Amino acid sequence: MRHVFSRLLQLIPTTVGALVVVFLLMRVLPGDPAAAMLGTNATPQAVADLKSQMGLDKPLPQQFAEYVLGLAHFDLGRSLALRTPVTTLIGQAVGPTLLLTLCGTAVSVIVGVPLGVIAALKRRTWIDYAASVGALSGISVPVFVWALLLLLAFTLDWPILPSAGAGDNPVDVARSLVLPAIATGFFQVGLIARVTRSTLLSVLADDYVRTARAKGLAPTAVIAGHALRNALIPVITVIGLNFGTLLGGAVVVETVFTRPGLGRLILDAINARDYPVIQGVMIISVVLVVVLNLLTDLLYSVADPRVRA
Amino acid sequence: MKFGRLWRSISRNLPIAICVVFIAMITLLAIFVQFLPLADPTSQSVLFRLKPPSPEHVLGTDRLGRDILSRVIWGSRVSLLVGVGVVAVSGVVGTILGVISGYFRGWPSVLVMRVTDIFLAFPALILAMVTVTILGNNLLTVVLAISVGVIPRFTRFTRGTILSIRERDYVESARAVGASSLRIIWNHVLLNAVDPLIVLCTLQIPTAILTEALLSFLGLGITDPTPTWGNMINSGQIVIREAPWLTFFPGLAIVLTVLAFNLLGDAIRDALDPAVRDLGAPMPRVDASLPAEPTHTAAPSRELTPVS
Repeated sequence: MRHVFSRLLQLIPTTVGALVVVFLLMRVLPGDPAAAMLGTNATPQAVADLKSQMGLDKPLPQQFAEYVLGLAHFDLGRSLALRTPVTTLIGQAVGPTLLLTLCGTAVSVIVGVPLGVIAALKRRTWIDYAASVGALSGISVPVFVWALLLLLAFTLDWPILPSAGAGDNPVDVARSLVLPAIATGFFQVGLIARVTRSTLLSVLADDYVRTARAKGLAPTAVIAGHALRNALIPVITVIGLNFGTLLGGAVVVETVFTRPGLGRLILDAINARDYPVIQGVMIISVVLVVVLNLLTDLLYSVADPRVRA
Repeated sequence: MKFGRLWRSISRNLPIAICVVFIAMITLLAIFVQFLPLADPTSQSVLFRLKPPSPEHVLGTDRLGRDILSRVIWGSRVSLLVGVGVVAVSGVVGTILGVISGYFRGWPSVLVMRVTDIFLAFPALILAMVTVTILGNNLLTVVLAISVGVIPRFTRFTRGTILSIRERDYVESARAVGASSLRIIWNHVLLNAVDPLIVLCTLQIPTAILTEALLSFLGLGITDPTPTWGNMINSGQIVIREAPWLTFFPGLAIVLTVLAFNLLGDAIRDALDPAVRDLGAPMPRVDASLPAEPTHTAAPSRELTPVS
């Protein structure tokens, strides 16, 4: 409990700092949001009016105070393009994106861990080398290339899965998730396989594994009951460290598969220069990364009691 | 010495030697592309729209009749410039910040690390998307936008490396004989941090190339008519079934380039770090884009620096 509390305390300055960065990014960097929104043909009066409407004509400290006050009330302003509260838009988008990243992670663990175990047990065989090639191709092929290949294969050439949307009923939701989840999670499959392989190899040489073997335990019981549990701890780290990248991948995959989510929301907002929405999506993505890092830390301490010490 | 070992290691490994030749080839092509007998990458022709690969247009033409081969080669210039530019900017800034936070104690170190943590909390792609939107999309802003997310990685990596070096005996000895901090950092600390930094630079180039391709694909990076591999795939995806060569060739160019840099980075790391090499099999790179603070620095550095 004390560990949880101290980790929570450590997160506060990072989160507050990130919120300040988002505020400054939108206001201090060169480039006028109002002018950018209205385009090159806008009159100075129109730009001034929009600046006033967005509150950008007020002094920076006052803008910051209003920004913080809004955040405290979960008020991120209104979308300039849709006239809807930003929190409503984010509320609608965050669920599908989280579901996609969760399923992407599940794909990478379900495929990556067994692949890593087999590679470790069959060291220096073709399976081991195939896992290495898979690891490299996972991080070398852009997520949109995977997404396009899957789209081409399973929705056009062999149309068994939907090519767009997120589905209305549970069956459609599941079907529409298959390809995007594979595309999102693929880059991690190789990483997880390699990490599982290398940690399992080092764990298998440890004394306690030798003791378990000496007791006469079956090889599967030694691996599943003793070695794998410790070998999986770094996998948790990989997932935690890569969550931001996974979220970025989800943004791209949502675009390719025309799925609703944070990716579509921020891309539409960028194209419309809808700054309150862009700001809102940045804030929620930082919060998601910070919360997931915390969860990873906590999971880590559950898996490895030494961390709590 | 270690570069001799690096060269031997690379020249004896055929796949890595192929990667080096490939990287050298695309670099030369990117530098001298304007002198090559290629079609103008922006010249359009209605008559030659969506032509499949043929002797006239080796890789076919796009929806505006532009030559794909020419555009892929011109696109390599953008990708490599972004890759090298991002590593140069982030390497210099991130290393300086990493040295400050790793070598010195007190508020500068704390401040740098807090700011680094803050920037690491942002998903790199989303940060790049927003920065490029605000700054405008040209080569320089794309480099800066991607660097914003890469600098903290260099900072954290350098800090971890410096932390393990600053307590070594030879640094203590240099301090004892009265060497200035600047001299110790330059002559003893940085020199020993070079190996892991070279590896990180090599591994960050493909990450930057991929991020640029993602930005271009989303329509936020460098846009048409300037050819980039990402924007070529973006414009080709609409006709992916009728004219797959529009997406296939730039896609292949990205994959081969990124793969070559990744393999080369792994090979350099293995060659420079006996701790990895002695395991007999490549160690996993947990995350190329986000290296954890290393638990050890590259051991060859011990051979390099004489104890003062």
